[in-house]
Amino acid sequence: MEILVCVKQVPDTEEIKVDPVTGSLIREGVPSILNPLDACALEAAVRFKEAHGGAVTVISMGPPQAEQALRQCISVGADDAVLITDRAFKDSDTLATSYALSLTSKQLGCFDVIFCGKHTIDGETGQVGPQIAEHLNYNQITGVMDVKFDGEYLLASREMEEGKETVQAALPCVITVTKTNYTPRYPSIKSKMAANKKEIKILSASQIEGLEMDRIGMSGSRTTVVKSFVPAVGEAGMIICEETAEQSGKKLAALLVDAKVI
Amino acid sequence: MDKSLYKNIWVYVELTEGKADKVSLELLGEARKIADASGEKLVAVLISDAAEKAAEEISCANVDDIIIVSGEEYKHYSTDAYTFAFTQLCKKYKPSVLFMGATDNGKDMAPRLSARLDTGSIADTTELYYNPETKDIEWTKPAFGGNLMATIVCDKSRPQIGTIRQGVFKAALPVKKENINIIKENINTPAEMIRTIFKNYTANESTADIKIEDAEVIVAIGRGVKNQEQIAIFKELADMLGGTIAVTRPIVDCGWYSVKCQVGQSGKIVSPRLYIACGISGAVQHTAGMTSSDVIIAINSDKTAPIFGFADYAVVGDMFEVVPALIEEIKSLKGI
Ligand SMILES: Cc1cc2nc3c(=O)[nH]c(=O)nc-3n(C[C@H](O)[C@H](O)[C@H](O)COP(=O)(O)OP(=O)(O)OC[C@H]3O[C@@H](n4cnc5c(N)ncnc54)[C@H](O)[C@@H]3O)c2cc1C
Ligand SMILES: Nc1ncnc2c1ncn2[C@@H]1O[C@H](COP(=O)(O)O)[C@@H](O)[C@H]1O
Repeated sequence: MEILVCVKQVPDTEEIKVDPVTGSLIREGVPSILNPLDACALEAAVRFKEAHGGAVTVISMGPPQAEQALRQCISVGADDAVLITDRAFKDSDTLATSYALSLTSKQLGCFDVIFCGKHTIDGETGQVGPQIAEHLNYNQITGVMDVKFDGEYLLASREMEEGKETVQAALPCVITVTKTNYTPRYPSIKSKMAANKKEIKILSASQIEGLEMDRIGMSGSRTTVVKSFVPAVGEAGMIICEETAEQSGKKLAALLVDAKVI
Repeated sequence: MDKSLYKNIWVYVELTEGKADKVSLELLGEARKIADASGEKLVAVLISDAAEKAAEEISCANVDDIIIVSGEEYKHYSTDAYTFAFTQLCKKYKPSVLFMGATDNGKDMAPRLSARLDTGSIADTTELYYNPETKDIEWTKPAFGGNLMATIVCDKSRPQIGTIRQGVFKAALPVKKENINIIKENINTPAEMIRTIFKNYTANESTADIKIEDAEVIVAIGRGVKNQEQIAIFKELADMLGGTIAVTRPIVDCGWYSVKCQVGQSGKIVSPRLYIACGISGAVQHTAGMTSSDVIIAINSDKTAPIFGFADYAVVGDMFEVVPALIEEIKSLKGI
């Protein structure tokens, strides 16, 4: 089995704060992490390899520092890592991102299964996986909690809003992984050291065969962010703060009944 | 691309057991307004083995046209068959906009279809605005864990595709227009084209009696509740008002309620008639799911809690004293 895992380095959104004066996000000092569901995708991929043989390659498109995230992947079971990095990729939307990732995937080899996270915690779109599948004309299964292979077909269970669905799917296939029942493994000191020594393949846009420059970056994007803002906080309506909490409760009841809210 | 060749507002109506999903009806409601603003038609698209029957229900949802694709191959959703059918339809009719619910399958299909049609797709949006000058839809979605809202356009290509979360819009009015066109399209997806086969489905055991997204009244509890016994008083309030309990994420993390009862960014979006937030601080990830409620009451002992910024009635005080007094007083005022 040749397996590819797409991973992205993202800011830890739990650590993001809003500047109360300017109302913008404070991104300085916010640590970068491996997108949590990509860690699940990698774990699922490594387990898949352990069960069926083969190798796991991880790929990321991002700034040079994304190398850290790739090394982390190596330390927990990936065999090889590739970083595609170039200023020309800046402002790529999901369609442009998936285009670049899919072309690189073709150049790297013939993958049977490509694992992605179900979504990232920065863009939160969940579109890159299905769009890679379309560019490569692969099959796709989204929101997968568990996947098995019976020698011919994949058997995947999809987590659905109100339940669980099992589907049988032909290879080659893109699988987007949601929170799995198992937790991603931790690196050991030894595996961390080995990962630090590992050579990571770095490709610029011009090193990707057949890449059309007008299909990446801003010009290759089909969507544009026109503005971003911090969700508004309004003014409180009627404030109820009587001498005792009990009195406040009574007052609230009277107001609600008066206003025919209840 | 000549955008002016693309016309009309399409809503993909997803069916579950032959009935339109709630989110689809909500989308029809909002898309009606957009179609009126842009002077275009509102078209409902049904793809299902049960499409013809469902068209009756949809013809009462204030639509102009209905497009039906039916066939056994559409009995269960598959990426391949549905994307194929939509591709044929979009090529033939050239819609300007295609709205889909941000359901599991909607989010599976929208990006795939957009890549096939070489157009943009915007995922998981919570606000829509039709800009009459640019004639583009402006889609707003949360990002960075709900800390930021981004407004996105698909300004260079058509159709504009996007998924919208359930609960942000009110359902379509039950209006039946005269002269609705019901168009049957014969699109067969050959079996060998379908690479994923549905095997089985198991529904989650339901924990709540009412789905929070359907509730008229919600009593929502947060980390102000310190142990499970303390929940009883809120349950009593909810029962008295004919409502249900919803929770914040920490309460789900405690294992007291399932994620199906969670309101917010990674939970449900709700818009009940009355939302009573008890012991909830009002983090953006939570408020992302409840601000469209008609009347909001917040009870919190910290007068600086952000939740008060959303409240019509802001009660500052210990909820374990406020709520029992509230219950008693309502009982006596209403003579229950
Ligand atoms: C990516 C991401 C997604 C998330 N998604 C969601 C989501 O979907 N939904 C969600 O809810 N959260 C979500 N969260 C978590 C969210 O950020 C907050 O941590 C959470 O909403 C806080 O819950 P809370 O208000 O119950 O708790 P707290 O913030 O701890 O607030 C408890 C409040 O109770 C008040 N209180 C305490 N005792 C009393 C008393 N006796 N009487 C009255 N008031 C009292 C306190 O003053 C305080 O304001 C998400 C976080 C992330 C990072
Ligand atoms: N820049 C990127 N490099 C590699 N993989 C990515 C990148 N962006 C997104 N992905 C993959 O696509 C998934 C969904 O991302 P998104 O569509 O941004 O929510 C992620 O979980 C990753 O697996």
